[in-house]
Amino acid sequence: MKLDSMYQEIILDHYRNPLHRGLRDPFDAEVHHVNPTCGDEVTLRVKVVDGVVEDVSYESEGCSISQASASVMSDLVIGKKIDEALELEREFLALMQSRGTAEGDEDRLEDAVAFAGVSKYPARVKCALLSWMAWKDATAKAVDPAATAAATPAAAPPAALDVPEQEKP
Amino acid sequence: MTLAEPRAAGAAAPVLGFDVEQVRKDFPILARTVHDDLPLVYLDSAATSQKPYAVLDAERAYYELHNANVHRGIHVLAEEATALYEATRDKVAAFIGATDRREVVFTKNSTEALNLVAYAMSNAETTGPEADRFRIGPGDEIVITEMEHHSNLVPWQMLARRTGATLRWIGLTDDGRLNLDNLDAVITDRCKVVSMVHQSNILGTINPVERIVARARQVGALTVLDGSQSVPHLPVDVVELGVDFLAFTGHKMCAPTGVGVLWGRGELLEVMPPFLGGGEMIEIVTMEGSTYAPPPHRFEAGTPMISQVVALGAAVDYLNGLGMAAIAAHEHAITAYALDALATVPGLRIIGPPTAQARGGAISFVLTDDEGRGIHPHDVGQILDERGIAVRVGHHCARPVCLRYNVPATTRASFHLYTTTAEVDALVEGLHGVRRFFSR
Ligand SMILES: Cc1ncc(COP(=O)(O)O)c(C=O)c1O
Repeated sequence: MKLDSMYQEIILDHYRNPLHRGLRDPFDAEVHHVNPTCGDEVTLRVKVVDGVVEDVSYESEGCSISQASASVMSDLVIGKKIDEALELEREFLALMQSRGTAEGDEDRLEDAVAFAGVSKYPARVKCALLSWMAWKDATAKAVDPAATAAATPAAAPPAALDVPEQEKP
Repeated sequence: MTLAEPRAAGAAAPVLGFDVEQVRKDFPILARTVHDDLPLVYLDSAATSQKPYAVLDAERAYYELHNANVHRGIHVLAEEATALYEATRDKVAAFIGATDRREVVFTKNSTEALNLVAYAMSNAETTGPEADRFRIGPGDEIVITEMEHHSNLVPWQMLARRTGATLRWIGLTDDGRLNLDNLDAVITDRCKVVSMVHQSNILGTINPVERIVARARQVGALTVLDGSQSVPHLPVDVVELGVDFLAFTGHKMCAPTGVGVLWGRGELLEVMPPFLGGGEMIEIVTMEGSTYAPPPHRFEAGTPMISQVVALGAAVDYLNGLGMAAIAAHEHAITAYALDALATVPGLRIIGPPTAQARGGAISFVLTDDEGRGIHPHDVGQILDERGIAVRVGHHCARPVCLRYNVPATTRASFHLYTTTAEVDALVEGLHGVRRFFSR
C-alpha cells in the first residue's frame, strides 16, 4: 500500500512511545505553536547551556505524523550544538519540501529520514514540521530573549481576539 | 476484507420521486476516479458541494454570449447581462420566501454577508436617528451560540471590540444541542443582536430558530441567521422563520464559489448603513460627501461577481426542479442510515445529536483503535483518502465546539442530494480499515 511510505514503522513506534514528552524544568524558553487547519498543537521548552541544546521537552496534541516528529526531533537535537541542530533543521525542511524526490542522509538525520514519504503529501508536511518550527522559535528565544515571534505568525498568541468573559451559562 | 454487518433497520427507504442515480449523472465530477482507478466517494459537501452541468453551462453561456458589466451601459450585452444578474435576484427571493426582490443582496459568500451586518452596526455610529436599531455600544450585548462557524463568531468578536459591546453566547448540551434552559438570562434587555447558525456544520444540529427569535423579539434585538448549511439542504422560508437577516453561500448549494447572499427585512435594509463604499452603491457624489443608493445596491459596491450570480440562478432552478422537500427527505434518509451504520463501528463516538431528528447530514465523530487509543482525525482522513473517500478533518472552523466536547478535532462525513447509501457503506468499511491499520 502506498500509505506505508508515509506510515513507516519507525514513525508509528515514535507515535506510540514518544521520547522526551512531558514538560520539564529547567528551561530558558517556552513556545506554543498551532496548526489552525487541523488542530495540532505543541507546547515546547528549550534549555540551552553554552551554545548546546541541553534539553527539549514538550506536550502536544495531534496526528501520528506530528507526534512522531516531535519525538524524533527532540531526540535528535538534544545534546547538539545549536548551529549543528539548526543545520539539521534546514536539512529536514529541505527533505519535507522535496515532494518525494529526496531520501535524506540517515547518518545525519537518523530516524527523521523516515519522514521522507510524508513529503509526497503536501497536506501533511506541516504536521511533520510543527515541532521543528516550535523548537527553532524556542531556541531563538532562549538565545536572545528579546527576539519576538514576528517571524513565525503561527506562534502569535490568540489573546488579541479572545472572547470577553461572561458568566458561564 | 469483510463488510460491516448489515444494519438492523435495513436499507434506507428510497424517497418517492427522487432518483439519486439520475441526479448523480448531472454532476460530471462524481464520475471521476482518484488514486488511479478508485471511484470518488465525496463525503465533504458541507465544505463545498459539487456542481451540476446546468450550473457549469450557465456560467459558460454567460461568458460566451452575454458578458458585459451590469447596471452601466446601454448596449445590448450590458442589458442582457443586467437582466440575467437581476433575474437571479428574483429566483433567490422566491427560493427563500422573500416577499420583495430588493431584500436580496449579493455578497462574496456567507462570511461577507455576516460581516456586512456586523460592520453596518458599527457604522451606525456615523448616521442619523433612522439607524437607531443598529446602534451598539458599551453596555449593549451581542448574543451568539457556542456552535457557530468562525464566520459567525469572529465578526461579532470584532464588533464587540470596535464598539465596547459585550459578547455572550448560548451554551451546548452534551448531545450537541443548544442549552435553552437559561435563554432568558442570556438574551436580556441589553441585547441588540442575536446571530445564530440554522444547521451546524460540525454537529449537524438543526436549531429551534423560532424559540430564540421569539425571545430576541421580546427584547427588541435584531436576529441574524447563518443559513450556510440549511438553505442548500432544507426548504427555508424567511417569513416563517421570522428572522431579520439570513446569510448563505452559493458554493454549498451547487453554485460556483464567489457568490453569497444576505437577505434582510425590507424596512431594516432601508435604514441600514452601508459596509463597503464605491461604485454602484451611491446616489449623488460630490468631493465633500455622498448619498447612498437604496437597497439592495447600497450593499453591492463595485462590479459584482456577475457570472457567479448568473450561475447561482441556474443552481436555484436546478434545486427547485428536484424540489427542496424531496432533497431534504433524501438527505434525512441518508443521515438516519449513516447514523445507524456508524454505530456498528467499534470505538466510534458521534460528536453531535445521535439520532436523525432535527439534524442534518454533517456527521462528526472521533475514533479509537482496538486498545482504546485515539486515532487522530488527520490519520483517519488520510487512510480514507487512500480508498478514494473524501472527508474533512480538523476543527471545521468551529474550534469552540471541539473545546466544548474536549476533542482535539473530529472527522466529518457530510452529505448532499447526490449521496448514496453505497457511499455510506464505503465509509463504514473504510473506518474498519482505519482501525485495522492502527491496531497493528
Ligand atoms: C455554518 C457555516 N457558516 C459559515 C460558513 C462560511 O461560508 P463561506 O466560507 O462560504 O463564507 C460555512 C462554510 O464553511 C458554514 O458551514
